[in-house]
Amino acid sequence: MLKSFFPWFGLDIGGTLVKLVYFEPKDITAEEEEEEVESLKSIRKYLTSNVAYGSTGIRDVHLELKDLTLCGRKGNLHFIRFPTHDMPAFIQMGRDKNFSSLHTVFCATGGGAYKFEEDFLTIGDLQLCKLDELDCLIKGILYIDSVGFNGRSQCYYFENPADSEKCQKLPFDLRNPYPLLLVNIGSGVSILAVYSKDNYKRVTGTSLGGGTFFGLCCLLTGCTTFEEALEMASRGDSTKVDKLVRDIYGGDYERFGLPGWAVASSFGNMMSKEKREAVSKEDLARATLITITNNIGSIARMCALNENINQVVFVGNFLRINTIAMRLLAYALDYWSKGQLKALFSEHEGYFGAVGALLELLKIP
Amino acid sequence: MAECGASGSGSSGDSLDKSITLPPDEIFRNLENAKRFAIDIGGSLTKLAYYSTVQHKVAKVRSFDHSDKDTEQDHEPPYEISVQEEVTARLHFVKFENTYIEACLDFIKDHLVNTETKVIQATGGGAYKFKDLIEEKLQLKVDKEDVMTCLIKGCNFVLKNIPQEAFVYQKGSNPEFRFQTHQPSVFPYLLVSVGSGVSIVKVETEDRFEWIGGSSIGGGTFWGLGALLTKTKSFDELLHLASRGQHANVDMLVQDIYGGAHQTLGLSGNLIASSFGKSATADTEFSKEDMAKSLLHMISNDIGQLACLYAKLHCLDRVYFGGFFIRGHPVTMRTITYSINFFSKGEVQALFLRHEGYLGAIGAFLKGAEQDNPNQYSWEENYAGSSGLMSSSPELCPTQRARSGTFDLLEMDRLERPLVNLPLLLDPSSYVPDTVDLTDDALARKYWLTCFEEALDGVVKRAVASQPGSVDAAERAEKFRQKYWDKLQTLRYQPFAYGTLTVRSLLDTREHCLNEFNFPDPYSKVKQKDNGVALKCFQRVIHSLDALGWEERQLALVKGLLAGNVFDWGAKAVSDVLESDPQFGFEEAKRKLQERPWLVDSYSNWLQRLKGPPHKCALIFADNSGVDVILGVFPFVRELLSRGTEVILACNSGPALNDVTYSESLIVAERIAAMDPVVRSALREERLLLTRTGSSSPCLDLSRLDKGLAVLVRERGADLVVIEGMGRAVHTNYHAALRCESLKLAVIKNSWLAERLGGRLFSVIFKYEVPAE
Repeated sequence: MLKSFFPWFGLDIGGTLVKLVYFEPKDITAEEEEEEVESLKSIRKYLTSNVAYGSTGIRDVHLELKDLTLCGRKGNLHFIRFPTHDMPAFIQMGRDKNFSSLHTVFCATGGGAYKFEEDFLTIGDLQLCKLDELDCLIKGILYIDSVGFNGRSQCYYFENPADSEKCQKLPFDLRNPYPLLLVNIGSGVSILAVYSKDNYKRVTGTSLGGGTFFGLCCLLTGCTTFEEALEMASRGDSTKVDKLVRDIYGGDYERFGLPGWAVASSFGNMMSKEKREAVSKEDLARATLITITNNIGSIARMCALNENINQVVFVGNFLRINTIAMRLLAYALDYWSKGQLKALFSEHEGYFGAVGALLELLKIP
Repeated sequence: MAECGASGSGSSGDSLDKSITLPPDEIFRNLENAKRFAIDIGGSLTKLAYYSTVQHKVAKVRSFDHSDKDTEQDHEPPYEISVQEEVTARLHFVKFENTYIEACLDFIKDHLVNTETKVIQATGGGAYKFKDLIEEKLQLKVDKEDVMTCLIKGCNFVLKNIPQEAFVYQKGSNPEFRFQTHQPSVFPYLLVSVGSGVSIVKVETEDRFEWIGGSSIGGGTFWGLGALLTKTKSFDELLHLASRGQHANVDMLVQDIYGGAHQTLGLSGNLIASSFGKSATADTEFSKEDMAKSLLHMISNDIGQLACLYAKLHCLDRVYFGGFFIRGHPVTMRTITYSINFFSKGEVQALFLRHEGYLGAIGAFLKGAEQDNPNQYSWEENYAGSSGLMSSSPELCPTQRARSGTFDLLEMDRLERPLVNLPLLLDPSSYVPDTVDLTDDALARKYWLTCFEEALDGVVKRAVASQPGSVDAAERAEKFRQKYWDKLQTLRYQPFAYGTLTVRSLLDTREHCLNEFNFPDPYSKVKQKDNGVALKCFQRVIHSLDALGWEERQLALVKGLLAGNVFDWGAKAVSDVLESDPQFGFEEAKRKLQERPWLVDSYSNWLQRLKGPPHKCALIFADNSGVDVILGVFPFVRELLSRGTEVILACNSGPALNDVTYSESLIVAERIAAMDPVVRSALREERLLLTRTGSSSPCLDLSRLDKGLAVLVRERGADLVVIEGMGRAVHTNYHAALRCESLKLAVIKNSWLAERLGGRLFSVIFKYEVPAE
């Protein structure tokens, strides 16, 4: 039974990015096709036939989930993102394409669901159904993990993360997920302890997140995109920027069991004028990435210890195309916990909130 | 993770300033006798520690030889006073900028006369860098000590020996510095040292501590990243930039993401959702101030969050912060405090230390002095020789010189005997000696500071008069005046400079300053005379008391105690009368007393109690010499003894005003024993015991008493504590809760205080308290 009229959207409006999931029904009957209003058809065509929208919207084609059954309907789930600052243009498009005539409900989560509610209503004539961010996130993760990734595993981990030769990305079976520490790294970071589908709590959060990495990179290197920042980071050397334990103690600091390679002071070398003059933008980008990532790992590890949880799932768009950060998280968690903690990742890293919003729309428990 | 070992230069260049001339009577004092050196060289400041001995003049009292049976001559003083030289031990700490290190080493070399010292303990990131220079200049071998071990040793030392070492900092509240009461046990605690990185250490005992974690985001990150972002080179300048910035221009706040809806959701819109989040989306220029502020918040919040997580994991609620990022910077203390409050929801307190900058040097010194076992002693901050908190912080005190070129000092005196809690305190961890916190109470502060200023002339006069044979007494007295006057002025602007400002601390500071200029006991002659006069009246007083009926006598004894207490040179109203009218007698004092009912009057309960079984043992803290102790306290003691109560009479270890000292009390007791069989037999049978308090203050801190006294109190099972006098029973201990019965009595000899308490001059406090069942 159809619980909601098409189109099926789930929207997550974050501080930096808007994440949109769209279910494209593939089992439309001829009858339905005939009845389908023009605007609905045009939306479907527009979204599925393009991989980029305007100058900033992008469809993550590689994440598309094919032949999914949702509420008895078969179809493909599409994953689209665009910067939050283009939200006005998106609302304008909704108005132009006459979304309001579709009798649909827009389920939206994220802070922007509140911030843009008024605009949706006055400009787009659309009523938003605002949903709790964390509810959606957890719902989304559990659902996506249950349907897999086109036959592959959704969840994965790294073996030998510190060794570029031997490092392997391996599937992880998250059938027994609880308890679970969920670390969502968007512009900022939220950390949740999840004990069951309905029992979770927000443990803490930090303002040092993806937004901080990218923001600092923009200031330090003049880069303009996240991709550019990561690309620079991949070519840089953070040890020129950071002061390591060995820079202070000449090697390991055995009294405290600190290895020489550990960072003693992030950006610590930059106290010196000569060293400031000797670093490249790439080095700075790398150091920023390492600083933010290590810090998130450290806070996550402390939360895991305090909550007595040993599997930690890292999600959020900071991890998108960010293997350096993921491997570092994997390594840091393993090293500092002496193998007690495991860092897990998920293919659809940033889209779970939007998926959760879609599930709410369809009242899927 | 270590204390800043910055090889980089900030405010401090590497060039050494040799042009400085040091005023030797203020800095590096007592170098002639110095032995044992330790040095802590940080990123910009050097802290030097040395142990030295100080020669003091002390007034000693000694009984005359009575063998010639000629003792009862009327004009002879009861004992003789001689001024002797005494050597006491003192720790000196000097803090100065690294630029002066060479000049300072030269100075030390020139002034170091004897010394068998061969080694200097060194710690801090700069210890390695300056090793050769130190070895060359001082001809001492540099022994490197572990930074963290030194830090913790130093931390334990100050927490143990300086009662108001730790404070919470609350910007905007009054007072901004709230000092913690002295804790009977300082362990366990968390020490978060924010140097270039962050080290988090759990300290469990004197010798056991564990590095439990750290973070690379620390002071070096603020400095390094800040320098990149703002092109500002020095740490202090960065802080200054930050203090003027608006972080909301750079940070993405909750309200930026949620719009106005955060209010209905119960979210605080001003929370930072993403540090530097706005610099990622806009291609606008950001101001240096705003970026510095954002960076400061980012780093402080992160440190606070991690500290809370570690505190929670290890179930600790006391977290001390140190390191150059914190040191004396209200800006960072504020942001760290905010963060700790936020992340712990008020369960963890961010604590800061007054002598945080010295911890490494103190620890290094203690490591080197282990064979002398300095931890077996109690030590005391010398207010005369110490600079006080933020003596050089331009942020807090615009009247002070700029930071550059200042020398900050700390001196600690070694006490002869260890100090401990009075075992009878109801709750040692909540005991606060002082009744009024003058940092809190601006009106009272103003009054007392003025009062001490006005009394200064008289104190100087008396000091000079006490040393008639000395050629330089006037000159020294002037120096004393200047020193104490300066302290009072500092305290007007920085009431928090030496911990909570109290009448006690003002009195103690004055005693320290007097000692500093060799006026160890300006009242010795006055006391001698007063004791002589009072001793002559003793038998008459006893006769008239013995003639009274039991109930009348009890009231007369209490009145005698109170009347005797009017004889107090410490109170200005009284010293005026005493100096102008030496005939002012015991009887007149009684007439001056307020009639019952007294201002605080639980005499009826006390009388009722006396009708019951005798106390097992009374501990009495005596106040003044002369009439007070001889005609007030001793008859009272005698009555208790007659009832079958043992008495421990506790007098000050060292002189303070005209308070009776332990050594004086011995002579007085001996003289009374010669006249009175009750006291004689009680002394012989050790039912009357004389002991020292461990203090040289006109006030009384029951958490720092001579260990011998505490042992006696336990052995004898003291079940009554009598505290007498304004300094001990009103300025301090008025609210002290004890586990046994207590009697606090005083005459208010200060009209301002009397008015404040709702009474008049010479109002009487008679507070008899029985602990709740």
